[in-house]
Amino acid sequence: MYKILRKEVLNPTVTLMDVYAPLVAKKAEPGQFIILRVDENGERIPLTVADFDREAGTITIIFQIVGSTTEKLNHLNEGDYIHDFVGPLGVPSHTEGLKKVAVVGGGVGCAIAYPIAKKLHNLGCEVHTIIGFRNKDLVILEDEFTAVSDVLELMTDDGSHGTKGLVTNALLGLIEEGHNYDQVIAIGPLVMMKFVCQLTKQYGIPTVVSMNPIMIDGTGMCGGCRLTVGGQTKFACVDGPDFDGHLVDFDEAIERSSMYRGFERQKHEETCNLFKKEVQ
Amino acid sequence: MPNMSLKKNEMPVQDPMVRNGNFLEVALGYTEEQAVNEAERCLNCKNKPCVGGCPVAIDIPAFIMKIKERDFEGAYQIIAKSSALPAVCGRVCPQETQCESKCVRGIKGEPVAIGRLERFVADWHNAHATEKPQKPESNGHKCAIIGAGPSGLTCAGDLAKMGYEVTIFEALHLAGGVLVYGIPEFRLPKKIVADEIENLKALGVKVETNVVIGRTIEIDELFEMGYESVFIGSGAGLPNFMNIPGENLKGVYSANEFLTRVNLMKSYRKGSDTPIKDCKNVAVVGGGNVAMDAARSAKRLGAENVYIVYRRGMSELPARKEEVEHAEEEGIIFKTLTNPVEILGDEHKLVTGMKCVEMELGEPDASGRRRPIVKPDSEFVIDVDCVIMSIGTSPNPLIRNTTKGLDTNKWGCLIADENGLTSREGIYAGGDAVTGAATVILAMGAGKTAAKAMDEYIRSKN
Repeated sequence: MYKILRKEVLNPTVTLMDVYAPLVAKKAEPGQFIILRVDENGERIPLTVADFDREAGTITIIFQIVGSTTEKLNHLNEGDYIHDFVGPLGVPSHTEGLKKVAVVGGGVGCAIAYPIAKKLHNLGCEVHTIIGFRNKDLVILEDEFTAVSDVLELMTDDGSHGTKGLVTNALLGLIEEGHNYDQVIAIGPLVMMKFVCQLTKQYGIPTVVSMNPIMIDGTGMCGGCRLTVGGQTKFACVDGPDFDGHLVDFDEAIERSSMYRGFERQKHEETCNLFKKEVQ
Repeated sequence: MPNMSLKKNEMPVQDPMVRNGNFLEVALGYTEEQAVNEAERCLNCKNKPCVGGCPVAIDIPAFIMKIKERDFEGAYQIIAKSSALPAVCGRVCPQETQCESKCVRGIKGEPVAIGRLERFVADWHNAHATEKPQKPESNGHKCAIIGAGPSGLTCAGDLAKMGYEVTIFEALHLAGGVLVYGIPEFRLPKKIVADEIENLKALGVKVETNVVIGRTIEIDELFEMGYESVFIGSGAGLPNFMNIPGENLKGVYSANEFLTRVNLMKSYRKGSDTPIKDCKNVAVVGGGNVAMDAARSAKRLGAENVYIVYRRGMSELPARKEEVEHAEEEGIIFKTLTNPVEILGDEHKLVTGMKCVEMELGEPDASGRRRPIVKPDSEFVIDVDCVIMSIGTSPNPLIRNTTKGLDTNKWGCLIADENGLTSREGIYAGGDAVTGAATVILAMGAGKTAAKAMDEYIRSKN
C-alpha cells in the first residue's frame, strides 16, 4: 500500500499527487513511468513520473481524469493509500550532450515534459518551452515551466491565456526566427505529437516523443503496448516510452489507443454514478 | 490382490457444453472411493520406475500405498517431502510423458492415474488440515528469490525449511507467476495457488510484490542489502509474434496479454475494471498448452467459433493430450496444417480476417518433427475478429541487461550449470529463465536443485 502524502487539484480535470514509494523514488529518472492499481480489483494503468524526491521518498504523478480508474484515483485524498504502485519502468529520457532544446508539451503531457525541461535546465542546456492547452482554466505548471525555461510560449486554443493558436504555430515561429535546436522533445496528445513531428521533419530537427499506449504489466510481458517504429514492432514499456518521433507510426498508435474506448466510456459513467450515489 | 482393471478410474468432469460457458474448474476430482480404487491398481513395484519419471522424484508408490490404507494425510506428508505445490502439479503436470509413462500398468492398458491421485491427496489435505506449517528456527542467513512463479516458490519453500530468511521479489501485484497470470481458473483455481503461497508465508517466506528486479532494485544491490545468495526465477515472459502484416491491428493479442487480462485482471467477471474485446470468431495461432488455454478461455467469454490454427498436424500438437481432448469436447475447431500469412483489417484497423496457407509435412527437421511445407496456391481466409498469437515466449532481457557478468545464450536464456549456478558467484537460476518456455514441474525441479546448491554455497562461506 502506498500513501498519498499530498494532493493538489491543478485544474478541474487534472490532479497532482505525491505518493510515498521510497524504492521507486530512489531510482526514478525523467521519462520513466510507474504502473498503479487504485484498489484490489482495479486495472493497471501507466502514469509517467512527473517528479521525484529521493530524500522524501516520494514520486509525483499528475493525471487527467479521463476514465473510471483516474476518477477513482481522484477520489482518494491525502492520507489514503493506493493499492499497488510499481516502477520506475521504461528507459529514462536521454538528456546528455544537448545544448539547445525545444520542449513542447500539450495538456496533461506538460506534466511529463516538465521534469525533462527541469533536468535539461539544470544541466545547463538552453530550454525553449512551448506548452499548449484548450483554455486558461486548463493551464498547469506555468510557474514551474517559467522557472526552468529561457523562452516560454504558452498557447491556448481559444486565446483565453497566452497566445491563441497551436503549439506547432509557436514552434514554427521560433524555428523561423532562426533558432537552431539540437532536439525537439514533444509530449502530449498523439495528434499533437504527430503534427510536431511533421513540422520538425521538414526542418530536419531530431525529435523525441514520449508514447503512452495501453499496457498491462509494463515489463514486456503482454505486448499490448506495441508500436511500429521505423517499420519494426517495439514495446513502449521496455523499448521506450521515448522514441524517434520521425519513425513512429502515429496513425496506427492513434487507432490502437481507441481499442477500448466504448468500454472505458461506459465504465467511467458507472463510476461517476456510484460516486454521485455515495454523495446523496 | 490389486485392482486389475485395464482402465483408470475416470475423472469426473463438468459437462463440456455447460463448462464452455463458465470458468469453474473442469475436472472435479476423485472421491475417496475412486481414489482408493485407483490406488489399488498400483503394483507397488520394487524398482519404482515411475519415480524416475518425476522431475522432483516424489516417492510415488509410497504415497499411493498410504491412499490404499486410507491414510490420506500420510500420503500428503510423503508428497510434501519432495513437492512444494502438489495441488498445482496434480492438475497441470504432463504426467502422461513423465511418471505415468513409466508405469508398468501402462504396458497393457492404462497406467495408474498418478496425477489424479496426487491432486486428490493435496485437495484432501487442504480441506482437512487444521495446522499451518511452522516457521523453522532461523539460521540467520538471508536469500533473495526473483519471481514468485513455480521455480521461485519451490526454491523459497526449500530454503525456508532449512532455516533461511527468504524474501521473494515479484514484479506483478500478485504472487504466483504463470500460475496466476497464465493458467486459467478452469484448469487451476486461483484459490489453490493462494493457499500454497499462504503456506510458504507461514514458513516465514516474505513476498514483496511490485518490485521489478533490474528496475526497482538491481541484483548487485540485493547483495549490498545482506542477501548472501540470489535465485533468478524470472520466467520467460516476453511474447513472440510472427512478424506478418497486420499483427498490430486491433483485435490481435499475444496469448500472454489475452490470458493476463482474463486471469490476473479477472476480465472474465462482469464489472471487472480491465476490458477485453468482445469477439465472435477467434483464431488462436499455435498448438501448445497455452494455445489451448487461450482458445478455451475465448470460448468461455462467449465467442461462437474458436479455431486453433497450427502449422503441423493433430498428432504433432505439443499440448497435453488431455487439454486437446477437453478443447475438442468444448467445441474448439482445429485447423491444423494451416499457417497464417497476414491478418486483415478494416478502415478502423479492426481485425476482419486472417489469410492462411495450407501446409503439408515433409522430412523430419533438426527437432525430429516433420517439417511443414507450404502447399502452392493454397491461400484462403478465415473469417475472424480476433487473433491470439500463442507461438512461444522468450526470457525478459531486463535482468541480464542490468547485471554485469551474467552470461546468456543466443536465445537470451541465462546459462546455469546442473546445480543452477550462473556465471556469477552466489547467483543461481532456474525455470523458464534458463530453459525457455517449459513446464511448471521442470521449473519446480530446478528451484529445488538450486535451493540445495545455495545452501551448500552459503555454508561453505561461513
